[in-house]
Parts: sequence; C-alpha cells; structure tokens
Amino acid sequence: MVEANPPIDEIAKGVRMSIDSSDMAPAAALDTPEQISADDLVFDVSDLSVYYGDFRAVRDVNMLIKRKEITALIGPSGCGKSTVLRSFNRMNDLIPTARVEGDLLYRGVDLYDPRVDPVEVRRRIGMVFQKPNPFPKSIYDNVAYGPRVAGKKKGLDDVVESSLKKAALWDEVKDRLQESAIGMSGGQQQRLSIARAIASDPEVLLMDEPCSALDPIATARIEELMAELKDEYTILIVTHNMQQAARVSDRTAFFSVQVDEANDRRTGLLVEYTNTEKLFSNPDDERTENYITGRFG
Amino acid sequence: MTDVGINAPELGRVSEISIETLAGPKKRARKEAAIRSFFFFAASVSVLISVLIVGSLMKETWTFVSEVDWSVTWGEIGWFPRQGLYDMPTLLVSSLIVTIVAMLVAGPLGLGSAIYLSEYASKRTRKFLKPILEVLAGVPSVVLGFFALVFISPQVIERIGRNGWLVIGALIIVVYLMLVLGWARQLVRREAGTELSTQVKRVMVLTLLVASALILIWWVNGVAGSSDPEAANFFTVKGSGQLAAAAVGVGILTIPLVASVSEDALASVPDELRQASAGLGARKMTTTVQVVLPAAVSGIVAAFIIGVSRAMGETMVVFLAGGAADQAEFTASPFDGGMTMTAAMASLATGTDSVVGEALTFQSLFFVGSVLFLITLALNIVASRFVNRVREKY
Repeated sequence: MVEANPPIDEIAKGVRMSIDSSDMAPAAALDTPEQISADDLVFDVSDLSVYYGDFRAVRDVNMLIKRKEITALIGPSGCGKSTVLRSFNRMNDLIPTARVEGDLLYRGVDLYDPRVDPVEVRRRIGMVFQKPNPFPKSIYDNVAYGPRVAGKKKGLDDVVESSLKKAALWDEVKDRLQESAIGMSGGQQQRLSIARAIASDPEVLLMDEPCSALDPIATARIEELMAELKDEYTILIVTHNMQQAARVSDRTAFFSVQVDEANDRRTGLLVEYTNTEKLFSNPDDERTENYITGRFG
Repeated sequence: MTDVGINAPELGRVSEISIETLAGPKKRARKEAAIRSFFFFAASVSVLISVLIVGSLMKETWTFVSEVDWSVTWGEIGWFPRQGLYDMPTLLVSSLIVTIVAMLVAGPLGLGSAIYLSEYASKRTRKFLKPILEVLAGVPSVVLGFFALVFISPQVIERIGRNGWLVIGALIIVVYLMLVLGWARQLVRREAGTELSTQVKRVMVLTLLVASALILIWWVNGVAGSSDPEAANFFTVKGSGQLAAAAVGVGILTIPLVASVSEDALASVPDELRQASAGLGARKMTTTVQVVLPAAVSGIVAAFIIGVSRAMGETMVVFLAGGAADQAEFTASPFDGGMTMTAAMASLATGTDSVVGEALTFQSLFFVGSVLFLITLALNIVASRFVNRVREKY
C-alpha cells in the first residue's frame, strides 16, 4: 500500500514515513487517542470549525485518527458529521461559501495550507457517497476513471481487476465489464463506487452513509467489505445507524447539535470521541448516553 | 372469522347515509364536464390548425408535383420561378450553406455559454447573464436582418471575403496571445503550486481584452482607411448582402435556443456525478468533459438538431440580408448572394403582382414549403427522441 503510493513530499516535505505493522493493536486493546504514535497518526484535527458564509456549521472538533482503523462519525441529523467528513478531503471546497478554521493535519501536513492542491488531496483521500453514483459509462471505465484522470495509461486492466476484487464485485461483473454501470443493482453500484475509489490507490477512504440507500442484505455485504478493506485502508464512515457504527468501527465520534436560542441556528459539535466499545457501553458524556439509549435524536 | 370486538349492526339500522349522499351534487358533475370539454376544445383547435396547414400545403403541392416538368427542377442555372425554372438545388444548397454557417456560430457559442452558465458561473453571474441571453432570444428577426445587412455584411463578411489573409492573421495573433498567456499561467501555477490568485487572473483577462480591442481597432481603421474609404462609416449598406452575412445573423438568433436547451440538459445531470468525479481527484475541466458532457450528450445533440431546424426555417434574416430577391443563380459560395427555401417563399409571396408568371409559379411556392416542412418535421422528430432519452436516464 505504502510502496504503491508515491512519496508524500509532493504535497509536503519532511514528513516521516515508516510502517510498523506489528503496532497494529487488536480491537480489544485500542490505544486511547492520546497514545497513538506519530507514525500511525493519519489525521490530527484540532479545534476545527466549518463555516458556510457567516454560519458556523460545526465547531470544536478535535480528533486523532489512526492508520488502518475504522472511525465512525455518528449523531443526529444536522450535527455536521458529513460536513466534517467532507472537510477531510476538501470536498467542502466545492461549496463556494464554505470555509474551515482550525487545523486539519494529514500526516503532518496542513490540508488547508494555500499551497495544497485539493485535487491532489482527493487522489489520496478517496470518497464514497451516500447515493450510489456510477458514471453513465461502462463498468470498466467507471473503475478506470480515477487512475485515468491521474494520468495513468498503462496497466489499467490490472488496476480494474484488483479494485473490483477488493470490492468483492469481480465475480459478478467480470464477464460484462464493457456494459453500462447504470443497469447494476443498488448494492452492486455502491460496491462499484467503492472499487472506483480504491482504484485511485488512496490511503484513506471516506464513506458518507454508504449504506443508507441499500437494503439490509446489501448493507451486510458492504459492512463485510469494510472489515476486509481495513487491512489496507484507513476508513472514516458517517452513519445514521448506531448498530452499524458499533459493528464495524474501532473508534466512534459522537456529534451533537446545539441550538442558539437567539437566532435559531443549529451548530454541530463533537461531544465524545473514544473507542467504540467504550462509547456504546460506558460513555463519559451524558448527551452521548442519552443518544445511544434512544432518549434523544 | 376472528372476533375483533366489533359487532356488525343489523342491516336496517344503517340508515344515516344513502347512495345519494355519496353521489355528490349533480351541479358539480356538470361543471366538471363543461370544464373538461373546454380544455378538450382548446387542445383540438391546435391539432385542427396543424391539419389544415398541412392540408393547404398539400393541395397546391400536389398540383405542382403532378403538372411540373421535372427537368426544370434539377440542374438548371438557378431559381427563376417567374420564368418557369424551379431549380431546387439552388435553394437547397443555399439553405444548407446558411444552416451550416449559422450552426458554426450558434453551436460553439451556444454550447459554450451553456457550459459556462451551468458549470462555471457563480450564482450571481448566472443571475446577471441569463436574462441577457433571453433578451437576445427576444430580438425580432427583422431587426437582426437589418443588423446583418448593415453591419455583418459590410463590416465582417465582405472583409473576410476581401482580406481573408488579414483576418486569418488576426486570428493567429489572438490564438498566439492566448497560448502565451496560458503558458505564463502554467509558469505561475508551477511557481506557486496553487490556484492562481484573482489578481493574476484579472491581469490576464485585461491583457486579453486590451489585445482584442487593439486588433479590432487596427482592423476597422487601418483596413478600412487603406483599401476602402467608404467602409470608414461603420454602418454602411453596401451591395445587397451575402448568404454568409445572413447566416451569421441566423446563427446569432439561434444561440439562445441552443444555449437554453443544452443548459437544461447539463442541469439535469445529477450533481452527485460531479461530486463523485471531484472526489476521485478530477479537475473541473476533466469533470465537465469526461462526465457531465457525456451524461448530457443526448440533450446536447437535441439542442443542435433543434438549432438546425430553427436555422433552416428562419426567414426574415435571409430574406433581408441573403443578397437575392425574387430569383437567384445557383451558387455554392457563402460569399455570394443566394436564396434559401424560406427566402424564396417570402420573396415570391411579397410584392403587388400576386405572383404572376408561369402557370406553376404560385404552386412552386407550396412545393418548396412542403419540402421545408418535411425536413424540419423529420429533424424535430429525431430531436424529441434524443430529449426523451435524457429524461429516461435520470
């Protein structure tokens, strides 16, 4: 994975890179966020706020995200969890009024440094969206899209095959790669979206409610897939489904909403961020407890 | 049956409502029927009118088709209906020239503005630009005909005809300037490694504008002064126009149509596709060319077909600025005066002589009309097929 990625110095100089897979802790004995070693730290978020114009949509986000873990972002509607997720690969830049305050370091580099090219960021930090959104092209061309826009021309067949295999879709589509992706089922389309994201060879996958448009069987397949992908990728997932967060993630961040009585504006904030097991069994914050026990939200 | 705890009452005791209660007042039913028949009438009138139009065309067309000596409709020296020469290629080729040149103007400009409006323009810019485009759509074609006659013809087309090399030179300079600017832009980009600052962009746009203005001034003054003192007056009627001048006018009239139909097609492409593309590390340009345009292709094709059919049916501009009246010799050059199908019909039907001439002069008008009608009908059917394909996909 890391060998396949070109050196990071293109967007940042002087970042240490070392892999120590022995450091991979079993899920039961996760480090607390504070104990993540610098080498395993993928994102370091401190005091992040996201604004739309004058309106502060989310505030006070502090998170450390570890390599090859699944981090879930949960919370009620309007708490800004998707907004936060989209700031991790600068997708918010597509909204003209959106703006970020605070620090968001990706392996030591400030993603919002003016020298950083968002396009370069998105090639390393892939995204899977809520609604399956295949391009009206063939299955092959869908998967090959990312590598192609990055200028890759040779070896596309291999990339397409390995990406589809990783997304557990290869066996279903290997005989109809040239057919349009529009005719696939919803679950297949979403796995295609994952294959498409993987094909760009990213280090991180951001998933914005990837199962919310799918039936339970397709959802189970995607969850299985995430567990497999964890061996290679760092995954952040936004989900409305608390059971899903509990099932798939190593760490969970709970976001909540604060309503400003004066102008009826709702600002999201990060309430609690800890190991998934702890968050769902013994949360520190009362608001978290109310939410996960169904008293709120 | 399971006992749900509700006992059905005896039949006789259910007496509060009757079938009349639920039937509703008769008056309301009559009103509904009246309204229905009114709308049906409105719809049938337009159908009836279409049938009448086709019928009136067909009758005289049939007379022409059955009585004409077919040898005078093909390969004659031109369209001289009053002398009994009905050379169809003269009209067809002129119509073709006008349509092609018009689409060369309307295609790139219409699609270009659609892409700009739907993909690039900020909300504020769009709010400002769209009404302007709609104003252009509202310009009466007779006004554009005059514009084509007094400006496009002497100031643009004749110059291109007379000073082709000069115009090509000017174009080369513009392209060269743009290349240099693009190269400079890339240099700046590489240096900064980031998006261009607005200031640099402004300087570039300004440079381009000044350069174009200089070229325009030089072209207008220098050329006009040296070769043709008469043309110094900016709006001059010289000669009687050419096919190309009329075609450019028709093209200008067609821009808003092409733009608005293509913009609808682009806007119907779901935003998720743009986001997905951006999320895979594609730049705006790549997203537009690789994802948005292919997704909207049937709508854009439809826009072009509708544009072609509009350009072919446009009458006033070609009548005024096409450079021929009543009759025309065959020509295949856009720099000559010529006569399109529409202009032929218009000029034959105007005047005070109520179309006198050979026996079939009057009927020839209907024949041309039928040909034109069939061509545009076919184009519109094809176009609506394409539009439907866009609707089905999303």
